[in-house]
Amino acid sequence: MNTYYDPADLKKFGDIGEFEPKLAKKFFDWYGDVFAEGALTAREKSLIALAVSHAIQCPYCIDAYSVDSLEKGCDEAQMMEAVHVAAAIRGGASLVHGVQMMNKVKKLTM
Amino acid sequence: MKSLKAQHSELSYSENQLRLLNGVEGHTGKFTPFSERLKETGLFPLRPSGIQIFQMNLGKMCNQVCKHCHVDAGPDRKEIMTQETMLQCLEALDGTDVPIVDLTGGAPELNPNFRWFVESLSDLGKHIIDRCNLTIILANKKYHGLPDFFAMHKIEVVASLPYYSKRRTDGQRGNGVFEKSIQALKMLNEAGYGKEGTGLKLNLVFNPSGAFLPPDQKELEKDFKKELKLHFGIEFNNLLVITNLPISRFLDYLIASENYDEYMEKLVNAYNPAAAMNVMCRDTISIGWDGFLYDCDFNQMLDLKVENQVPQHIQDFDLAALNNRNIILNQHCYGCTAGSGSSCGGATT
Ligand code: SF4
Ligand code: SF4
Repeated sequence: MNTYYDPADLKKFGDIGEFEPKLAKKFFDWYGDVFAEGALTAREKSLIALAVSHAIQCPYCIDAYSVDSLEKGCDEAQMMEAVHVAAAIRGGASLVHGVQMMNKVKKLTM
Repeated sequence: MKSLKAQHSELSYSENQLRLLNGVEGHTGKFTPFSERLKETGLFPLRPSGIQIFQMNLGKMCNQVCKHCHVDAGPDRKEIMTQETMLQCLEALDGTDVPIVDLTGGAPELNPNFRWFVESLSDLGKHIIDRCNLTIILANKKYHGLPDFFAMHKIEVVASLPYYSKRRTDGQRGNGVFEKSIQALKMLNEAGYGKEGTGLKLNLVFNPSGAFLPPDQKELEKDFKKELKLHFGIEFNNLLVITNLPISRFLDYLIASENYDEYMEKLVNAYNPAAAMNVMCRDTISIGWDGFLYDCDFNQMLDLKVENQVPQHIQDFDLAALNNRNIILNQHCYGCTAGSGSSCGGATT
């Protein structure tokens, strides 16, 4: 089956350095620091990443952060709530633009 | 659910498990041999650091049939340690200063000589650990008094609770197990277990309910303490986080759920030399229900006895020879050395 997404490609993420090592290194160093324990716990960051991965609908990230969330001790309810947060923001972001539409309509109509 | 043995599954034979772990067609299989990785770390051949723990399997019979069970235990398993073998163990222990005896199974309490044996160990002044599945306490009226019996002999109770939610616990250990476990934990608390000042230790064990590595032990312990206290008023001492090793029913689950290759890869990639330093086989000896000696409980289930240069049965117990042996290794050992490491005492790093 030919598809654009192959689960095996996730493991090759590190290989992006092959075409441009310097920038890749910078990215992965930064990425590592972003997810290290800080003002937020590593678990909180994992749940944020899980939510964002749903918002941007990246199958690689959904795969990776589903595993990571489990390995950070999250339960199913927490993970699904994170997905709902992403969905609510996505839905809300569309809806809030309704104000713009209303502004325009009100301007154009009597 | 039945044991693999009762299902006549191919995986109920240890040689088939070993064949799979060492690579057969259809699976990634060919991972670097574990011993090669130990060589890199300067730990090969792996040697004991001195036996501190005498871990005894009192039988494979169990009132539960958990999906991840590496013993393939269950109500249909009849293997049980005889009193004669227990006497041989007592004799062996009497001549040593091995301080800890760790009782496991199956459900060790199902052995008809359990109480007598605990009393005998107590007389020898040994520190006793009982690996309790919790629900056994409620399984039958005659077990309701176990918490008080444990307390009387100051037994350390190590009890499995894969999660503080019903879904994950029942998913791994069977329907209704969560509620019964909570009830049993309350009974243990009432007997003084896990309470400050009593000296009665109650430790919980977390195993991931699936094909992933366990979370950080200290972090998860905080969650367990908070959640169990908040929702059920339960207290305990420590949480031990244990990685599932790819053998027996967990191996069967990995294959059936098509997680085997990825899980092995995960274990191999997470090899941690610091964890390898502290694997439990270095300070433990494992005694099978039939008296044979193994480097650990996992080797026992794979029928990998201690190396044949040393006496292999408890009736010929020779501590000096055992302290001088080479530990038998195979690919499942990656499970003990992944990430923070794993042993019966929890994370090793
Ligand atoms: S994991 Fe423990 S409680 Fe579950 S079946 Fe195996 S021995 Fe019994
Ligand atoms: S599986 Fe047993 S022999 Fe192998 S490292 Fe773990 S404790 Fe040691």
